[in-house]
Amino acid sequence: MLTIEDLSAGYGEGTVVNNLNLIANQGQVTCLIGRNGAGKTTTLRGIMGLIKSSADTLRLDETDLSKMPTYRRAQSGIGYVPQGREIFPNMTVRDNLRIGLEANENSQQVPDYLFTLFPILKQFLDRKGGDLSGGQQQQLAIARALVTDPKVLILDEPTEGIQPSVIQEIGEVITELKSKMAILIVEQYLEFVMQISDYCYLLENGNITLEGLRNEIDLEQVKHTLAL
Amino acid sequence: MGTIIMQLFNGVSVASILMLAAIGLTITFGLMGIINMAHGEFIMIGAYTTYVIQNLFQTYLPHFFSSYVFVALIASFVVAALLGYLMERTIIRFLYDRPEDSLLVTWGISLVLQQLAQNIFGAPDVSVTTPKYLQGSIQVTKTVSFATDRVVILIIALAAISAVAYMLFKTRFGRNITATMQNRKMAASMGINTKRIDSMTFALGTGLAGLAGCTITWIGSIDPSIGQDYIVNAFITVVVGGAGTLLGTLFGSAFMGVGDTSLEFLTNPTIGQALILILVIVVLQFKPKGMFSSKSRKLND
Ligand SMILES: Nc1ncnc2c1ncn2[C@@H]1O[C@H](COP(=O)(O)OP(=O)(O)OP(=O)(O)O)[C@@H](O)[C@H]1O
Ligand SMILES: [Mg+2]
Repeated sequence: MLTIEDLSAGYGEGTVVNNLNLIANQGQVTCLIGRNGAGKTTTLRGIMGLIKSSADTLRLDETDLSKMPTYRRAQSGIGYVPQGREIFPNMTVRDNLRIGLEANENSQQVPDYLFTLFPILKQFLDRKGGDLSGGQQQQLAIARALVTDPKVLILDEPTEGIQPSVIQEIGEVITELKSKMAILIVEQYLEFVMQISDYCYLLENGNITLEGLRNEIDLEQVKHTLAL
Repeated sequence: MGTIIMQLFNGVSVASILMLAAIGLTITFGLMGIINMAHGEFIMIGAYTTYVIQNLFQTYLPHFFSSYVFVALIASFVVAALLGYLMERTIIRFLYDRPEDSLLVTWGISLVLQQLAQNIFGAPDVSVTTPKYLQGSIQVTKTVSFATDRVVILIIALAAISAVAYMLFKTRFGRNITATMQNRKMAASMGINTKRIDSMTFALGTGLAGLAGCTITWIGSIDPSIGQDYIVNAFITVVVGGAGTLLGTLFGSAFMGVGDTSLEFLTNPTIGQALILILVIVVLQFKPKGMFSSKSRKLND
């Protein structure tokens, strides 16, 4: 379980995200919804410790992450799939996956189940990461994060720029994974969110303005905010 | 025919020394993007380390004197790597993404190190005695013979570049270096301690300079400014070969070494050196990123 209390994060002088509270439970898919520029990516970067941020609580199960540098947070169990995937372009698919082992404290082997989830990766193991298509890179980015054997998997707009059939596949993978870990997804593709999420937060200008179970949340308000 | 082969070997030999001096730069300059003006001084440190080891053997282990070379090869790498590690931890790490400052600061460090060497070892040249098996030459035909020490330097240079290539492309450490240099934030997000990688990578670069310093003690005397004799050509080698690629360093040093000696042989030393610099400019006109362009994003951006 990822517990966040009063997280603020930003760039340079000001903050973009203010006093954000959020919980991502094991066994659930938690969604953070917001339109362009709402601060979704900034929130995730704050969680990873990639930008200037502060939090009263930033805890993964019992581990306090708030004082840790980024690499220690990854080792403590956050698997991060960033917006734009950020595959290492000059490294092979195999090596991209192996990099995930750096944050895996239990194993030094890329697990085989990943190739059942994403058969395409097995086929392209020796190809440069940068030569994969966008959808393939997204799958690689998810697989790479899974190699770390995370307690919470964090995905930043996994559907962005990806064709419907691959979105479908990714949705199935996420549903399959949720029994094993907490999953936190940043999205603005509402249909996808409504398909896979259990609990939703709505982010507006760096503040959470609405939250609730997927089937209880005020869908009209969410739609209205996204359409603004 | 004999003269031509000897001349060619001469060029290859110059190239191999240049290559040893340049591999470390390929890593710190090409891969990490730091202009380390003190790189030459790590060559100097390796040379003086060899001198000290030789003296220690002369005093304490005279019976084993001829094996000091092996100890010196390792020690020169280790000492230069440790000092490089220290320099990264205390100074260089504040200079990433500040190329102008790093240029000035490392130049300052270069002067300080030269002065330190002068205080410790004195300004005049010192030299080491090479063991017998490195003197003499290998007779190939009646008219062709290669100096043994030069052959050994060539072997060491090739071994060093192969070892670095293996390390970069086949080991976990190399993979983490590549990931860190390609995308630092993502590397950290995958659990890599990128600051540690920076220090270790820089130390590797200076360690290789130290190794180069050890080998040049066999072909000449040592003084506090010996690094300055190599630094300019080493930088040119890395730039013309393509910063950040080992293949570039290999071909860059061959180009500079064989080209320079051949042109000097065909004309005279002054004109030869001018011609090779003109050739470098021509190459960079057509291939601004060097013969083999960089794999590191740092320099592509
Ligand atoms: N590197 C940066 N430096 C300065 N400001 C930034 C930086 N990245 C984002 N911002 C600003 O922070 C705010 C929130 O950006 P963020 O990337 O978190 O939005 P987002 O919700 O992820 O949007 P999108 O859906 O477009 O990805 C924006 O106003 C943006 O301009
Ligand atoms: Mg975003």
